[in-house]
Amino acid sequence: MSELLEIDNLETILHTGDAPVHAVDGLSLTISKGETFALLGESGCGKSMTALSIMRLLPDVGEILAGSIKINGQDLLQLPETNMRTIRGKHISMIFQEPMLSLNPVLTIAEQINEVLTRHFNLTSEACQKRIVELLDQVGIPDASRRMHDYSFQFSGGMKQRAMIAMALAGEPQLLIADEPTTALDVTIQAQVLELMRQIQQRNHMAILLITHDLGVVSEMAQRIAVMYAGEIVELATRENFFANPAHPYSKQLFASLPEKQKRDQPLAVISGNVPSLTQTFVGCRFADRCDHAMERCHQLPPQWETMVTGHQVRCHLYSNSETQRASHQSTQLRLGLEENTQAEVISSSTNTTLLKVDNLKVHFPIRRGLFKRVVGQVKAVDGLSLTIHSGKTLALVGESGCGKTTVGKSILQLISPTEGSVRFKNQELIGLEREALRQMRSEFQFVFQDPYSSLNPRMRIIEILSEGMDALNVTATHEPDHKKNPTAFPREKAIDALLQQVGLPLETKWRYPHEFSGGQRQRIAIARALAVNPKLLICDEPTSALDISVQAQILNLLNSLQNNLGLAFLFITHNIAVVEYLADDIAVMYLGRIVERGQIDEVTSNPKHPYTQALLSAVPHINQKEEKNVIRLKGDMPSPAKPPSGCHFHPRCPHVMSACKESYPQPSTFSSTHTTHCFLYTQEHHSSDHEH
Amino acid sequence: MPFDPVILWTDALIYLLVIIVVSFAWHVRNDEHLLAPWRRVTHSASGMSALTVLFFFVTIGLLDTAHFRLALDHKNSQGETVYSVEVLSLLDVLVTPLRNNVEKTYSAPLATHLYSKETIDLPDGSRIRTFARLEFGGAHLQNPEIEHQADIQWRILIGIGYGLIFWGFLVASLCLILARRCQQNFLQCLNTIWRRKTEVPWHAILITLAIILSLIGATYMLATNYHVLGTDKVGQDVLYQSLKSIRIALIIGTLTTLIMLPFALLLGIMAGYFRGWIDDVIQYTYTTLNSIPSVLLIAAAVLMMQVYIETHPELFETIAARADLRLLFLCIILGITSWTGLCRLLRGETLKLREMEYIQAAHAFGVSHWRIITRHILPNVMHIVLIATVMDFSGLVLAEAVLSYVGVGVDPSMISFGTMINAARLEMAREPMVWWALMSAFGFMLTLVLSANLFADAVQNALDPRVQTLTHKYKILRRSQKNSLTPSKQANTLNHSTNRPKRDS
Repeated sequence: MSELLEIDNLETILHTGDAPVHAVDGLSLTISKGETFALLGESGCGKSMTALSIMRLLPDVGEILAGSIKINGQDLLQLPETNMRTIRGKHISMIFQEPMLSLNPVLTIAEQINEVLTRHFNLTSEACQKRIVELLDQVGIPDASRRMHDYSFQFSGGMKQRAMIAMALAGEPQLLIADEPTTALDVTIQAQVLELMRQIQQRNHMAILLITHDLGVVSEMAQRIAVMYAGEIVELATRENFFANPAHPYSKQLFASLPEKQKRDQPLAVISGNVPSLTQTFVGCRFADRCDHAMERCHQLPPQWETMVTGHQVRCHLYSNSETQRASHQSTQLRLGLEENTQAEVISSSTNTTLLKVDNLKVHFPIRRGLFKRVVGQVKAVDGLSLTIHSGKTLALVGESGCGKTTVGKSILQLISPTEGSVRFKNQELIGLEREALRQMRSEFQFVFQDPYSSLNPRMRIIEILSEGMDALNVTATHEPDHKKNPTAFPREKAIDALLQQVGLPLETKWRYPHEFSGGQRQRIAIARALAVNPKLLICDEPTSALDISVQAQILNLLNSLQNNLGLAFLFITHNIAVVEYLADDIAVMYLGRIVERGQIDEVTSNPKHPYTQALLSAVPHINQKEEKNVIRLKGDMPSPAKPPSGCHFHPRCPHVMSACKESYPQPSTFSSTHTTHCFLYTQEHHSSDHEH
Repeated sequence: MPFDPVILWTDALIYLLVIIVVSFAWHVRNDEHLLAPWRRVTHSASGMSALTVLFFFVTIGLLDTAHFRLALDHKNSQGETVYSVEVLSLLDVLVTPLRNNVEKTYSAPLATHLYSKETIDLPDGSRIRTFARLEFGGAHLQNPEIEHQADIQWRILIGIGYGLIFWGFLVASLCLILARRCQQNFLQCLNTIWRRKTEVPWHAILITLAIILSLIGATYMLATNYHVLGTDKVGQDVLYQSLKSIRIALIIGTLTTLIMLPFALLLGIMAGYFRGWIDDVIQYTYTTLNSIPSVLLIAAAVLMMQVYIETHPELFETIAARADLRLLFLCIILGITSWTGLCRLLRGETLKLREMEYIQAAHAFGVSHWRIITRHILPNVMHIVLIATVMDFSGLVLAEAVLSYVGVGVDPSMISFGTMINAARLEMAREPMVWWALMSAFGFMLTLVLSANLFADAVQNALDPRVQTLTHKYKILRRSQKNSLTPSKQANTLNHSTNRPKRDS
């Protein structure tokens, strides 16, 4: 195979703050024609800066110091800007992470694609239109000739990413740089987009530089993989070699910190410490401070490339010695995470009391139109949902974005007042409770939000954030009920120290502001804030989806140990099946405001009954999968909850659709005492209670 | 007692404002964590220079606020001291020669003769038409045509000299204080200031001080014998008018904001936070208020006030009290009509903030509405308030000028930038043009508003923790020597300082 892209010793720095940040530091890689090359790494390791350096689209503060980037032998860094414009789009094009932000909302899709075509080709306007239709057809947009005149906001998330890909393909590039192309998408949509990218690659014989943090996506797409850490590549391998035998300690740790079903009941391995600041100059190996195998030499000499087998290189001192030593090191066990977790005593595993019971919960938002704000319709965000959480247990609520998961969480907490139904906490009905009466109950259940960046008030110090809940609910120190009578400043501060210890943060951090913390630390603070009032139930709304894999492992370990030590119950709202398999006891799968299947985690994941659950589970990209995986691809997107389909909500996308599905909502079918689903494929229970579904 | 203190309404409010500021400063001083961001304010060179300039303006304003009536020589029949009806301020006393040296009519800055020809009766009975000598301006000169230039230059030099001597004295005492604090010797300390190594930008402050002090020195030397900025139509010194106008400008800028802020803050945040019918009521109120031409509303209110004042002369002891009440009323009416803009901004921001997750978290704790508004929303909209306030400051000073033009501004007996600009309308139309009144109003206003803007900018940068991380990004780049390798870069809004992955919700 001939080389398409050759990057040699690329050095990019960012002039931010006092010292320049070495975002990319001596990176070399080659990509052949028609190859998918994955650049894997956590946030802040310089992946995106590499991509932007290749496109020469660095932000104003960025600067390429040294190196060469050759495409077909032509050095891009020597070209004047005007020539570069013919390269962009024609030879290299790029798709971005957020399809919502990458399309201009005031131009139609056709106009935006046309921009690329007129720049790079001498086409008549009719030929242009024809080509646009062709491109949109190619990326699977139905009814392309009509849809091309739509604006981007009329497209759904998956369609936008398809349109974005069509735009990137318009110049018939030889290299497509995809910067986290599916991170913002749901698993079923992600499966669609990845499949599309694979097809197009085969058809056009185009090379793809895939930038991602998701090992699953890498294992599905890539042929060769480079692992990036702190601005440099630490391992370079083919997919088979990499997944069979990751060599660098960092890659190994990444695998170890992935949550999986097999790792249940044991803490995940965590990488101690944080990604080092890229402003410093490194002497030895960049990973040495966090590495379990670090030797004296690692801190003194930068490691050189060592070849494991052909096409598998690693930058680590472990492999520079004789074969025997290598073998001995490879057999060493990975250190497992937080020590204290392993001996965590189990308090409440035996108690099986019902903590929270939600019955037929409905949350409808009225759609108001016109001068007098008449109600013209309802957005049925949650439509007749029932679930039960036992104390000390974890229930996972799984579903794609827009299915109403978060609304469920918020309406249980009465942050959104439900339209109908009942929420009983310890047999106390919450709906319709007066504000003051509800306030008394609030210390029992708390919320952990998805985005740790917006869930902490930027103008309050940590101590103020943590003490807010205590002040509002008049709770005092966590384990010191004798202080209840005198909530003076002193025990309050002690309680906060205890909380910070509990979530693993240093005590002096309480005087700092949230912006001084990293994402994982912020999420710890958010958890500490919820714990401050001694809740029994914690509703976690995607608490790890904004975090890196290694940080996610830390938070999951923390949640696990909290459950063991404090006997907390969790309602875990997520779309990440791997996390669910690792953490949850029970699972409820939600589609468009209704639960389609629920049961114990093993029952549902090993034997999914509902077609939607089956599709959802099959769409999750797995590492170490067998070669052929039967992915059930769903057609289209989730319908709007303002106009849900009649009968079973899933029928327009269901592969097993029958005529009965369109007419009425199926009654539950029971498989075991815990496992039920709503689907006509299975025998229907005709019990007397006539819920108006 | 040789004088009788007079506290006018606006004086009382200014004292209140000073007390608030001082107690706030005291509160901040005692809290290490509150003090830290304010320390950052003192690290901004432009901010501190602006503060130095503002300091002089505020000093003049405060001097002009301390009002009193002097005792007259005679006593009344009961033997009590009788006080003059004229209310004076400390500033008036300090610049007495400027106040009292009144010419006949216009004279140009530093002139020795009037600006227009007039007919003079000579002692021998004949009449000539010529530029008459001024009564006070350059009166000490025997032969103005020859001595004038040299005298002015000499006085400027002496004045700058005095200013710089005083400045040197200040520098020396500053260095002594710093040296004692940092355990250094005097010269080391001077050296660190000179080489800009100090945390607080003393060099910037000292340069600003040097300029101001030499200006003051020169003005002082000239003002005793000349009209530095000329005289107006009735021969009053323009410099004196400008100095007096500073207080009015500060009052209109600050008190109006003070009156407007509670409306805007409370209503804006309430509308955004509670939504529903409260939002509707507040929105309709400000939309209605906004659609009435504000000049019309102000004119109506001020005219009503004027009639009231004129029909109740017994309520006011002095002319100053009457003028002052009118000024206060103008502030109130300006405040009531100008809160809508800020209110609308705050409503929008609050609408955004109330959906933030930390507000939701507070709700989950059952935190009361009032506490959420004061602890979570208010601090997060303060930057908007600060910017809007400073932007309004200049707008309000100008609004006063416009209102004075319509005839509903401050009392005609009061000197303000507005009345000066208003008077300049006719002066600019004259031939030859009288430009100095407008120029000095322009110069003083520009300096005041510009330094207020710069200072507010520094405060905002230091107080907003989010801006703190952003400002680093906009530092000027050091261009590398490898220009041939440097690709041209396009603006890209990529936010890499907070390089976090955005994933689906």
